[in-house]
Amino acid sequence: MDDRSTLNRNLAQMLKGGVIMDVTDAEQAKIAQEAGAVAVMALERVPADIRRQGGVARMSDPKMIKEIQAAVTIPVMAKARIGHIAEARVLQALGIDFIDESEVLTPADDRYHLDKHQFAVPFVCGARDLGEALRRIGEGAAMIRTKGEAGTGNIVEAVRHQRQMQADIRRLQNLPPEERMTFSKEIAAPYDLVCQVAQSGKLPVVNFAAGGVATPADAALMMLLGSEGVFVGSGIFKSKDPARRARAIVQATTYYNDPEVVARVSEGLGEAMTGIELRDIPDSQKMADRGW
Amino acid sequence: MLALQGSFAEHLQALGRQPGIEPVAVKTAGQLQRVAAIILPGGESTTLRRLLDEAGLTDLLKARIQAGLPVWGTCAGAILLAARIAGETPHLGVMDITVCRNAYGRQIDSFSAAATIPPVSPDPVPLVFIRAPVIEGVGPGVQVLCQLDGRIVAARQEHMLATSFHPELTDDDSFYRYFLSFLG
Repeated sequence: MDDRSTLNRNLAQMLKGGVIMDVTDAEQAKIAQEAGAVAVMALERVPADIRRQGGVARMSDPKMIKEIQAAVTIPVMAKARIGHIAEARVLQALGIDFIDESEVLTPADDRYHLDKHQFAVPFVCGARDLGEALRRIGEGAAMIRTKGEAGTGNIVEAVRHQRQMQADIRRLQNLPPEERMTFSKEIAAPYDLVCQVAQSGKLPVVNFAAGGVATPADAALMMLLGSEGVFVGSGIFKSKDPARRARAIVQATTYYNDPEVVARVSEGLGEAMTGIELRDIPDSQKMADRGW
Repeated sequence: MLALQGSFAEHLQALGRQPGIEPVAVKTAGQLQRVAAIILPGGESTTLRRLLDEAGLTDLLKARIQAGLPVWGTCAGAILLAARIAGETPHLGVMDITVCRNAYGRQIDSFSAAATIPPVSPDPVPLVFIRAPVIEGVGPGVQVLCQLDGRIVAARQEHMLATSFHPELTDDDSFYRYFLSFLG
């Protein structure tokens, strides 16, 4: 593996145990940093608004991204549409620290993801299972997150994806070596990466939770299921008291194994974002199904 | 090992390779009271400071370091130790160094290198810089251990060690052996 890929995976390691928060302007970015976020995700509309307003969701205005970069010292991430080479190049030119090739935006390509090896900047991608994660890593992703179902405030999909990932890894670890090629064919993943995971028992890159995290307990749950950190999208700035909720989710992510701390920080937080039951979302509007 | 956020798992793994010590993950005041030395990991320094404050660890950690607890800060950890941070208020402020955060720029400017650092190892040591700070200046009691292109990236003041880079991301243990020698 080349030096740049290693350095990019290393940056993701620095984010471990932390919370990455969606922000839509410099003011929110400062609140997030002050609350203890390890990075912010700059985007024009949080997923809950994208879901409500509909239409095509695209990369954010570079002006807004620059304002956020100027406002904080922590890393700044931004989203590009799946397969949108030009948007990703723009974000790289802006000096963004991490690009999220994200199903939350409307895909630009219905067959191919970006060849992330062509970029110097690191990428994070969503995955629902081991096969999808290894396809993205094969394309050059330096970090993986669950897809969850963004903008719903409903954790069930993120749980499903993280459990599926861990179950796939456990199953792979128990296979004799001669069965790995067929396994790799079944999950549609590169064989060399399958062998690597069989040996190490974990993804070769950092693995975060994302999609539907709304409360400190949601963050703790995802950490208990093996996530190495948490993305919070709409959950913070769509709630009553964003600064307090942000601090509470940071605490719950660090002390996920200590229910007393999670209880204390959850006290009197005010209203969480309004959630959506997954069954109420028509299939055509499910973001997690985007990506190939 | 301070285990609030960042690359503590990598440090704990490296510490596990060192003979004669018992690595402990520190998240509470009780755990901090018991350790004989502490490493402050790479991560995000603003996040680490917030978590130290919320856990009531900031003053205790500062007091223990001032009383002689051997400490090693890597990257964000070095920022926590510094007495002066360019353009910002310091955190623990215990070590007589001035640091400049993100001195090399953004992630696209992260890099790796190698250097021979005689007090640490006779062989070249791999150095990994991730959105790294540099040490812009040191007080009279501080020994400069390593400079890269004229910029200080490792320094020692008695029982305190600061590195801009991340030995926990390599399999070279020489900095661990060097730090553990502070324990006597």
